[in-house]
Amino acid sequence: MMARGLGIAMVVAAIAVLPLVAGPYPVKLVQEILIWGIFAMSLDLLMGYTGMVSFGHSAFFGIGAYTAALLLSKWPGLLAALGAPALAAALGALLIGFLSIRVGGVYFIMLTLAFSQMFFALTFQNAFLGAEDGITSVPRPSVFGLALTSLGVFHVYLLVIVVAAAVFLHRVVRSPFGHVLRGIHDNEERMQAVGYAVRRHKLLAFVIAGTVAGVAGSLYTQFVGSISPDAFLWTTSGEALLMVIIGGTGTLNGAWLGAAAFILLQSLVSSYTERWMLILGLTFVLFVLFAPGGIVGALRGLAGVRS
Amino acid sequence: MTTALLSIETLTRHFGALSALAGVSLALEARERRAVIGPNGAGKTTLFNVITGQLPPSGGRIVFDGHAIAGLPPDAVARRGVSRSFQRTNLFPRLPVLENLRLAAAARTGGSYNLLGLVERAMAPLALAHETAAAVGLADRISETAGRLSYGEQRQLEVGVALATRPKLLLLDEPTAGMSPEETDRMTRMLEGLPREVTLLIIEHDMDVVASLADRVTVLHYGLVLTEGTFDEVKRDPRVYDVYLGSE
Repeated sequence: MMARGLGIAMVVAAIAVLPLVAGPYPVKLVQEILIWGIFAMSLDLLMGYTGMVSFGHSAFFGIGAYTAALLLSKWPGLLAALGAPALAAALGALLIGFLSIRVGGVYFIMLTLAFSQMFFALTFQNAFLGAEDGITSVPRPSVFGLALTSLGVFHVYLLVIVVAAAVFLHRVVRSPFGHVLRGIHDNEERMQAVGYAVRRHKLLAFVIAGTVAGVAGSLYTQFVGSISPDAFLWTTSGEALLMVIIGGTGTLNGAWLGAAAFILLQSLVSSYTERWMLILGLTFVLFVLFAPGGIVGALRGLAGVRS
Repeated sequence: MTTALLSIETLTRHFGALSALAGVSLALEARERRAVIGPNGAGKTTLFNVITGQLPPSGGRIVFDGHAIAGLPPDAVARRGVSRSFQRTNLFPRLPVLENLRLAAAARTGGSYNLLGLVERAMAPLALAHETAAAVGLADRISETAGRLSYGEQRQLEVGVALATRPKLLLLDEPTAGMSPEETDRMTRMLEGLPREVTLLIIEHDMDVVASLADRVTVLHYGLVLTEGTFDEVKRDPRVYDVYLGSE
């Protein structure tokens, strides 16, 4: 346990000092991995721990992203960068979750997908939200009087928020509530029979996941400096889903590895060929067939073989 | 009958044209141990499903501990103090034995919305889980994944999960189904050893188990109560003899 904590601290420290030793390209790559990683991790709370496969997680990413984009031009502070996007995404998740959780299985997948596509259509046609171009030239916030314009300062800010969100999700899955989610994942009927209000616990998990996704979306807006309706598109949900599966469902930290594999593959392969999606698809198929536990599952398997 | 813990009045449940329960009335005293017997299709499991909220009734009343519970969802019925085991083993197969029991115990002790506490710090449900594991004879199997237990052990855990919620009324749906004679013996002794505070309603086909456990026996037939009495009274009833002989 100590060794594990030390290992994690070293990885975080290494990421923190990266801008001092590396150029802007790798730093930005790592920032992108951090943002997608925490987004995918929030989805893993639903997929891996509660057994709810949401195909509409982009809705909350997009709500967070758009809320930040709208507010930051007027009030470039933490409230607009974090508080408001998190709250807006939480409310969105409460509403969509309330309506979707009543149904199970494939209907839940279709409903969440439909809601996220509704948001896409809404932003795509709304002039106030910049229609298909989205919102551009979004300024980065100032925190404690410090503008986050430089790469290094933004890097530390991003890392602090992402780590805090990850620690929060790790605490949640180890809490009594997190264990209730695992019970629901394993046998929903029996959980209800012993006295748990299953639907309310699922809704709370959905809201927590949506809130963290909203923070990820806001960070994405700040990272890119603009946001377009594509954030709501089903591909955003699908990519997070792939990251979770490639990294290892039900592991939380697998999300980092899945996001890293996805983004590195994307930037690596796309510089050689246009067909990077083909390579990605192939990678995904190989993972599902030969390493259904994802990267984390494969690593654990290797560690188990050694010991 | 003013002290009845559970009182059921003209309970019905229809599936299309079929009346699985055609107007069942029965009253259960606190601390009583009652067996429900009857041939297959008599409505025994349907009766359990309606009491515990897995199925809504078509009509009638169910009063438990002074509250009308007919039509409430299963979790609400369970929180009132009614717990059940299932005829088909219904566990958390991928979780360890202790976690199966701890989840059930924690449903009673509360705190399920605690997001930031550590589950291993909540001592009450953990203690209750250990206690229950010992009571159902699984104390040395607590770390095993439930899905990997032998069939007999899974049946023991099935009763354990129901018991760990500390119910006032425990409904057991054929706890010895499919068990070997030795396992049946062990299960019967375990159930006999339960504290008398737990009122018991048990569906059972094994008449030896019924004879040693039940204070009274209710015989269901075609969704109706055929007769009710002590085991010996029921055994001598020629109608009961006919019902069983006619169907088996």
